[in-house]
Amino acid sequence: MTDCSQNLIDAREVVQALERAFPSAHIAWEENLSPSAQHAIVLDSEHALECAQWLKEVSPWEWDFLSNVTGVDWTDEALALQAKARIKADPSVDPESLPKEGYLEAVYHLYSIKNILGPLILRLRTANRENDVSLPSLTPVWRSAEFQEREIFDLFGIVFEGHPDMRRIMMWDDYEGHPMRKDFVDVDDYEYEPTPHDAVLKRCQERFVDPANGR
Amino acid sequence: MMTESAASLGPSFEAVASSTSPSMQGAERMEVSMGPHHPSTHGVFRMDVELEGETVVKLKPVFGYLHRNHEKIGEGTSYLGSMPYTDRLDYFNSMTNNWAYALSVETLAGIEVPERAEYIRVITAELSRLQNHVCLIGFLVQDMGALGTPLMYAFRERERILDLFESLTGARMMCNYMRFGGCRCDVSPAWLHQAQQVVEAFPKFLDEFEALLSENEVLVSRSQGVGALSQSLAIDAGITGPMLRATGVNLDLRKAQPYGIYDRFEFRIPLGDHGDVFDRYMIRILEMHESVNILRQAIRDIPKGDFINPKAKLRGFKPPVGEAYGRIEAPKGELGFYLISDGSPKPYRFRVRPPSFINLTILEDMCLGQTIADAVIILGSVDIVLGEVDR
Amino acid sequence: MDEGLKSELQKAGIFTTTLNDLYNWGRGNSLWPLQFGLACCAIEMIATSMSRYDLARFGAEVFRPSPRQADLMIVSGTVTKKMAPQVVRLFKQMPSPKYVIAMGACAISGGPFKQGYNVLKGIDRYMPVDVHIPGCPPRPEALLHAIMTLQRKIAQDTLHQNRRKEEEVERIAALPVPEHGSHDLLPPKHDVLWHPEPVQRS
Repeated sequence: MTDCSQNLIDAREVVQALERAFPSAHIAWEENLSPSAQHAIVLDSEHALECAQWLKEVSPWEWDFLSNVTGVDWTDEALALQAKARIKADPSVDPESLPKEGYLEAVYHLYSIKNILGPLILRLRTANRENDVSLPSLTPVWRSAEFQEREIFDLFGIVFEGHPDMRRIMMWDDYEGHPMRKDFVDVDDYEYEPTPHDAVLKRCQERFVDPANGR
Repeated sequence: MMTESAASLGPSFEAVASSTSPSMQGAERMEVSMGPHHPSTHGVFRMDVELEGETVVKLKPVFGYLHRNHEKIGEGTSYLGSMPYTDRLDYFNSMTNNWAYALSVETLAGIEVPERAEYIRVITAELSRLQNHVCLIGFLVQDMGALGTPLMYAFRERERILDLFESLTGARMMCNYMRFGGCRCDVSPAWLHQAQQVVEAFPKFLDEFEALLSENEVLVSRSQGVGALSQSLAIDAGITGPMLRATGVNLDLRKAQPYGIYDRFEFRIPLGDHGDVFDRYMIRILEMHESVNILRQAIRDIPKGDFINPKAKLRGFKPPVGEAYGRIEAPKGELGFYLISDGSPKPYRFRVRPPSFINLTILEDMCLGQTIADAVIILGSVDIVLGEVDR
Repeated sequence: MDEGLKSELQKAGIFTTTLNDLYNWGRGNSLWPLQFGLACCAIEMIATSMSRYDLARFGAEVFRPSPRQADLMIVSGTVTKKMAPQVVRLFKQMPSPKYVIAMGACAISGGPFKQGYNVLKGIDRYMPVDVHIPGCPPRPEALLHAIMTLQRKIAQDTLHQNRRKEEEVERIAALPVPEHGSHDLLPPKHDVLWHPEPVQRS
């Protein structure tokens, strides 16, 4: 009765159709290990925009509705955990084929309103988490990505090339840093916690300087 | 639509309107920042508007004044611990927020929900939809100038529904009621009886409300033809909910991709013709009538059984590795939760797909060429709640 | 004045009071709140002003959108760091005597969102708060109780004290509006207003 996987199509069919349409692109099917069976398609940055346009305008499924754009910060440790889970689920998987170095990712959930299908999940990955963090913007194809890609830029730092208005959306313009990243350290604001415990107590014991005695 | 009495008062309305039409030469450009503290922006929302005379030529929304970091906090909180936070997203409808989140986790972990729990979920969600739409109309009409009175009527009905929520969950607004695999507690026959009384009394209130509003000259003239939206732009911009249905696109997730047991209920989906403010207003009125239908059927048909899956594990809940995107038809649009799990008790990524935020994508398009007073009611008709827009 | 004499006079239709009491009675029973709702608590504030809970009988029905015309600011909802300068600016624009009610856990201390990077952990870092209402959200009855508590607090004001308070008011008014820095507000708090106990390090 609780079934979000209705109207799911086999993403492998879409991958095959994309490979036929764009033979030089690197397109991969990625399994979703959970019972939700919402498998994903990983696109490469160079061909992502044309693949997106093809999916919307030319493909037989007519993916006209972009529902959700999410940013994800994959650290090396998280990827290692994922790899372990994949190998456990399917021992025939080649460990070398799984990503090891962390990256930032943008995940797109597409639906077809005309044919009542979905979700189709596209994933675009940056090269690394430090300096090569740009991806093509899919706003020219689906306008609903406009604000969501701005938010990913603000909170994760992915720069979307081709976006009409690439600037911060949630934090103020002078803010530095990308708060949703896993290595984000917040400012010291907890020293006056009345009942500190666990991580907060540890942090303020390490970093708090009592103004009375300067330690 | 001008009545005889209005036409006989002097120069015709049309003649006066054209002499102050937006194409007047020599009007200066003025930049106005509406908000974040503004009586009509429905929360802390700011719009940087550039005006030529009174016409909007540019409108840039500014977000983030209520950015409360739900997603970051969600990564540091257990799955069950995030349930009260979802109440605070769209703080009018805590039940539907809870349901969307519970649905996503159930999709992620493959948890079944018993039948009685599904019926309870439908009943609470539709009650939530009723009070959301009626309050929204109250606020929208307040923006048009009816300062307070329809809102008073709306809140009077809302209090009755909140009484039901309070007796069921203990809280008026932040109900924290759904759990993974069902609901937190069972509904008693007395509660169902009380709910039935509220539902039976609602159509009479709706008729009274409509009699005051739907044929009101001011409402009709201020909302017809204002803020029109085309179907293709709406689909392209990811608009969902009553805004999308006002343009004529037949997409209601309760019918298109039914979740829960919505496929058992008979109800219609109202659609609009022009996509303007009046259509959005009428669709919400009609949706309330349909919600009353659904509620009648649900209260009549609710079976006996478990209110939660007996095998559902709540404390120490660790879903399998993987991800899931679950979405429901919340009163404001498509509310979705995208969860990435790494097998630990806390999610790796907790993402809320906010309908209000995405519905604002075309705010500028709808407001261009309209007067600034119309921009206010267009914003009101989009139905935003800042807790959801900014998360 | 002797209470017995007072009640005798009242029976004759003569009411006696002091100028101070009259002044405070007038101010306390006609508090005009600033129409300032930030988040979920704002909905409970609106519900308090609606027909069931009816803030109007306390004289506080007239919510003014402009801070120049209001004398009570009910900070209802989470104050984010992005919004904080605006909140403080509005407070500074209100004319004296002015009062602040911090409604809800978020306004008192950041509430459930305390760990957020964009959340200001309590509005009393930048403004003096008269009444704190705990709750998430506090019930409308709690807001009514807060108004009544504020009325009792106002009843204890003396005209003389108000004049002396002017200095404190001026001192607070001179405090700068916080600005958006690169990671946090500058200053993160006003030390003259907010000085809690530092945490023990051992």
